[in-house]
Amino acid sequence: MNKPAIGPPLWLLAELTYRCPLHCVFCYNPVDFAQTERELDTEGWLRVLREGRELGAVQCGLSGGEPLLRDDLEIIVAEARRLGYYTNLLTSGVGLTEERAEALKAAGLDHVQLSFQDSTREMNDFLSHTKTFTLKNRVAATIKAQGWPMVMNVVIHRMNIDHVDRIIEMAVEMGAEYLELANTQYYSWALVNRDQLLPTREQLRRAEASTAKWREKLGEKMRIFFVAPDYHDGRPKKCVNGWGSMFLNVTPDGTALPCHTAKMLPGLAFPNVREHSLREIWFDSEGFNRYRGTGWMKEPCSSCEHREEDLGGCRCQAYMLAHDPAAADPVCSKSPQHHLVTEAVARADAGGPLRSEHPLVFRDPVNSRRLAPG
Amino acid sequence: MTPLATLTPTSQPRVGPGFRLQWEAAQDCHVLLYPEGMVKLNGSAGQIMQRCDGQRSVAAIVAELEAAFSAQGLEADVLAFVQMAADKRWLVWA
Repeated sequence: MNKPAIGPPLWLLAELTYRCPLHCVFCYNPVDFAQTERELDTEGWLRVLREGRELGAVQCGLSGGEPLLRDDLEIIVAEARRLGYYTNLLTSGVGLTEERAEALKAAGLDHVQLSFQDSTREMNDFLSHTKTFTLKNRVAATIKAQGWPMVMNVVIHRMNIDHVDRIIEMAVEMGAEYLELANTQYYSWALVNRDQLLPTREQLRRAEASTAKWREKLGEKMRIFFVAPDYHDGRPKKCVNGWGSMFLNVTPDGTALPCHTAKMLPGLAFPNVREHSLREIWFDSEGFNRYRGTGWMKEPCSSCEHREEDLGGCRCQAYMLAHDPAAADPVCSKSPQHHLVTEAVARADAGGPLRSEHPLVFRDPVNSRRLAPG
Repeated sequence: MTPLATLTPTSQPRVGPGFRLQWEAAQDCHVLLYPEGMVKLNGSAGQIMQRCDGQRSVAAIVAELEAAFSAQGLEADVLAFVQMAADKRWLVWA
């Protein structure tokens, strides 16, 4: 069997909490997040950071939910920085007051990624079910004032994709060094809302053309990453650069995952950092070894010429759409279930805008308990 | 972003804002870290970058490297690397 050498988990993502003041309809947090009861305490997170660094982790993402809701964030940042991580705060900006920004700067925070939902107040506030647009603008200025490099992240979908021009312009005005236009990945809340969020092929083509035009104009001034949606191009993505190859995610309750959403996969237990060291988890656990490399594959993946390039795509998408986590990712044109994906895109191409008979489901604890009663 | 002055042997390069250079024992090389990313540097790139502290001039860096590796005529290579690194915003100078 093909047993790859296991490298270090270079990217450690600490999802400090699922609590969040926003209720975004495309959130990748699990639909059953409201069942999470006990968050890791400060000492638990500091131990995760130390063990990760010993394994060779070098990038540390502090995410959520909204990580600013943890009042020990400054302690966690300070320890991460002391250990030698490059520290990235992934935030909605809600709670990033000037005082807190100063404290985080003093703790050694290296970078802030600020999410926006759209370039317009109305759409930003609608999609996140809050009134945050003005606040985010203010926070962007605070980030620049602290001298942090700023990555602006905007999740792209049917309702804001036609604003890409204006979104790029806004990022330039705010002084962002990087802009991520991340097309929605259809997991969790985004899958619940997929029919309202999936853009048409024509919308996508126009957005890509706009992005190309701006890239030419801006040069090195601001780098734009356009994360293409895998539904439209018939080619699966090498999820998190390969299962268990460099990415290690720790959820608020201490569960260690090889990707953000792997917890949904059936028949696979994922270890918890309360019971196991990160070393045992990374090298020895069934959860991290099951889909490493190519040995687990079945047809059409196992004989496919692209199997090393895409590693069969995403295991979660295979499970969600083909009901088999070891199947080919159905976004691949070779998958027997590929028609499910092309049909969804065709519905998007044919459909009008929002259909009122399927209202958007906002990510909040009430909807979480309704969709996943535990 | 203001354009950098033309690179000369008297320029004093330093690591650009938002980037951090460090030695990673686990990878046995110098790495350059930036928001959510990393560049692994080869041996000579690491040797040059670790001397770019905003104090040493390119000429001083060249002299140090020539002494450390008993080599000569490194200036053109060092200038080419520093210019390439500046184009990627890894290095800046006044």
